Amino acid sequence: MIRIVDLKKNFDDLEVLKGVNLTINRGETVVVIGRSGCGKSVLLRHIIGLMMPDSGKVFVDGLDVTELKEKQLYELRKRFGMLFQGAALFDSLSVLDNVGLGLREHTNLSDEEIRKIACDKLEMVGLGRLDDKKPAELSGGMKKRVGLARAIAMDPPVVLYDEPTTGLDPIMADVINGLIRDLQKRLGITSIAVTHDIKSAYKIGDRLALLYDGKIVFEGTPEETRSTPNELVRQFIEGNAQGPIPIYEE
Amino acid sequence: MKPSEYLAGSIGFSISEVGAGFMLLLSAIKRAPRAIKQKHLVVEQMQRIGLGSLPLVLVTSVFTGGVAAVQAAYQFENYVPLRYLGMVISKSIVIELGPVLTALVVGGRVGASIAAELGTMKVTEQIEALETLAIDPVRYLVSPRLIAAVMMLPVITVFSDFIAIMGGFAVAYTGLDINTHVYFNSIKVHLTSEDVLSGLIKAFFFGGIIAIMGCYHGMKTRGGAEGVGIATTKAVVSSCLLILITDYILASLLFSAVFAG
Repeated sequence: MIRIVDLKKNFDDLEVLKGVNLTINRGETVVVIGRSGCGKSVLLRHIIGLMMPDSGKVFVDGLDVTELKEKQLYELRKRFGMLFQGAALFDSLSVLDNVGLGLREHTNLSDEEIRKIACDKLEMVGLGRLDDKKPAELSGGMKKRVGLARAIAMDPPVVLYDEPTTGLDPIMADVINGLIRDLQKRLGITSIAVTHDIKSAYKIGDRLALLYDGKIVFEGTPEETRSTPNELVRQFIEGNAQGPIPIYEE
Repeated sequence: MKPSEYLAGSIGFSISEVGAGFMLLLSAIKRAPRAIKQKHLVVEQMQRIGLGSLPLVLVTSVFTGGVAAVQAAYQFENYVPLRYLGMVISKSIVIELGPVLTALVVGGRVGASIAAELGTMKVTEQIEALETLAIDPVRYLVSPRLIAAVMMLPVITVFSDFIAIMGGFAVAYTGLDINTHVYFNSIKVHLTSEDVLSGLIKAFFFGGIIAIMGCYHGMKTRGGAEGVGIATTKAVVSSCLLILITDYILASLLFSAVFAG
């Protein structure tokens, strides 16, 4: 279980997170929605310890991420996989080496075993025979899928998704959503996604949470989200310029 | 802002940058034992830093040796016999010109390349991706480059010294009418092992400076392409400055303390 308690983060004078509280249960997929620049990715980075808060706590299976030493933090990260917005594949490595890097670094598996696991993961995301290609040779959708294969290569119990469908055409976005949902069912992983793509959020989320003004202002299932009278949620899901959420940041 | 405030701010910033670079160096040294075990990472960097730089360094060295011969002959005129030309060229090259010019050339080429590569990795979230895979970026990216650079700079410097001395000989033989025996005998009699060692010690330190400045500026890159460009420039400028400052410090230490007497 992941529990975020009163998380606050400022960048110079800019208050990004003003006291976020959120709980993610084991095996559940929670999607944090919100406008671009509202702090969704910052929140995600706190969960895996890439950023440290000004105040507040993040508990992962009872461990306080904010109190961990560097070595403990690296151990904790082995329980996570993360898909980045731009996939963040390593340019200098082939697709296969990208997927197998974590295994190469943290296990005593032979090259052949690593290759087999990496190929299996690539098959899971629908990418066979890409082994020796470099990331620069791939399309945006392929990169995301390789990123996904890399995120699940170590069979982590938790996967974080940072804008999984941003920059993809609607069809490829649907493919990625389907993959995320499929992996979650097959592997039973806990997933946390942040996105402003409401269609994607409905498709992959068991629960949706709206981040607005540095706080979680709504939580509910996709059905509850669709039918909520909450004006902030309604404006966001309907994509209205008029409403309580200002168009321009103050 | 007053000029004095600007100057004070700049000095303070530079000191903090050097401090942060030094902390990265300590961190990379601490992780070096584990990085050495991953031979493929170190060997890859040794090829890029060493073999990749060799052609440029060798061309630079030939002409450096040639210029050293011409300049020395000009200054010797009517004062010093030309039979000492080999000694002067070899000493100046082995102690000073070889290590410093090699470091400046490699610093320009490799330092910029490291900063650009790591800077691009930073702005495209690849360094964060390493961290999410529980891979320490300092151990994976910085330590192998540091080890490769401190090992390869002395090796390249040896090649550079040899080629520069041969470049000097070519000019001495063809343009100054000095025969082979006189030139090389002068080197044999006067060039000492301390001279060679001092140059190699300098090269070792210069290698560390180039790798750390490239990695440091690369890993703290911000923004997009512009940020990478700035990081690259800073890496080259700071390594060149630090090489020259360190050269002075090492020369003072080595010749007034270690090799004195």
